[in-house]
Amino acid sequence: MSAPARYPLRTRILHWLTAVLIFSTLLIGFVMVNSIGSYASLRTTHMTLGVLILAVVVLRAANRFTHRAPRLPDTVGWIEHKLVIGSELMLYALMLAQPLVGWAMVSATGKPVVIFGSVQLPRIAPFDADLFFTLRQAHSVLAYTLVVVIAAHVSAVLLHAVTLRDGMLSRMAFSRNR
Amino acid sequence: MLNLPVFPDNSAQGFYDRLFAQKAVPTTGQPDPAAMSAFLAAHPETAAAMALIKKHPPTPGFADSSFSSLMTFFFVNDAGVRTPVRWSFVPQQQALPPRTGGKNDLFDALIRQIRSGPLQWRLILTVGAPGDPTADATLPWPSDRRTVDAGVLTLTGVETDKAGNARDINFDPLVLPDGIEPSEDPLFSARSAAYAASYRARTGEPKTPPAVQVDKVKE
Repeated sequence: MSAPARYPLRTRILHWLTAVLIFSTLLIGFVMVNSIGSYASLRTTHMTLGVLILAVVVLRAANRFTHRAPRLPDTVGWIEHKLVIGSELMLYALMLAQPLVGWAMVSATGKPVVIFGSVQLPRIAPFDADLFFTLRQAHSVLAYTLVVVIAAHVSAVLLHAVTLRDGMLSRMAFSRNR
Repeated sequence: MLNLPVFPDNSAQGFYDRLFAQKAVPTTGQPDPAAMSAFLAAHPETAAAMALIKKHPPTPGFADSSFSSLMTFFFVNDAGVRTPVRWSFVPQQQALPPRTGGKNDLFDALIRQIRSGPLQWRLILTVGAPGDPTADATLPWPSDRRTVDAGVLTLTGVETDKAGNARDINFDPLVLPDGIEPSEDPLFSARSAAYAASYRARTGEPKTPPAVQVDKVKE
């Protein structure tokens, strides 16, 4: 079977950068809400990473319009093709929404988001306790949804790469051996 | 800020353990003396702090209470020099004596007093010397430390809790203006975490009318 084409290098770099940032930020988020001694420092890191993710995802979404996706392996049928498109859109939506909800949630407490220790971002939501609660709950729901959708994304790629051996992973990989 | 001379605990674990030691036993309605003495044996810092707190009984009202930071902050100047500071709001008046009978006596007395004129506290900064404890609010600083009179807080009115005022604020001791930094006291992070969890729970609750209604307090 011929190896499928790859995404452009810039797209692969952005993909793995986002993956590392999102894994770290999700992990820190889940740990910090159960932490007493490290809460303050983890929260600072979490907010900085969240804003970085927002910037990277905006860049990534813009970049996504600069090229077409490489052809999918022949093992992907038309129903699965629809699922691939749907899950990509869903991931983009979640990756954009989650940092924005986090930023708005902090804004609704009347305080600015502070990144890199001292840079204050403008508030993007009014000071409103009810709004804070809604956004705070949404931030948790989106976090768990991200975990589920990422797990499905990784599982599907592994199913193809390991079980079907159709080179699905190499579309996004860096290795010379396809 | 609290109306205590020192804080009873110097760690989140100590605070947590104290809450259990002080828990009332259902049969007696009182804390278990054995649990409390075991706790104090394990936490000599709390035993020492409580002895000091006992020497400073609360004043009759809110208007004549001192309210202190207890924890230590650093004031940082343009050259980056960090000076340890603790502060107190020191009352400038006597308190109206509370009328006995209601559970809101202290609040009602404050509301009546503020109607007849503004209440004032002086902001007194205490500057720490090298070697003074900065990460442990159970330890007082020596009484001869330099103080700076930094201004007057004047309260001219009082409002019932409602949307958009103090009710909806999450007080976080780590939200600080430029030039003021927290010390390495572990209770800063613990308070920030606990207040955030409490704010989330509070904002999600159905709203009930506040227990103290300013306009219902009679002269």
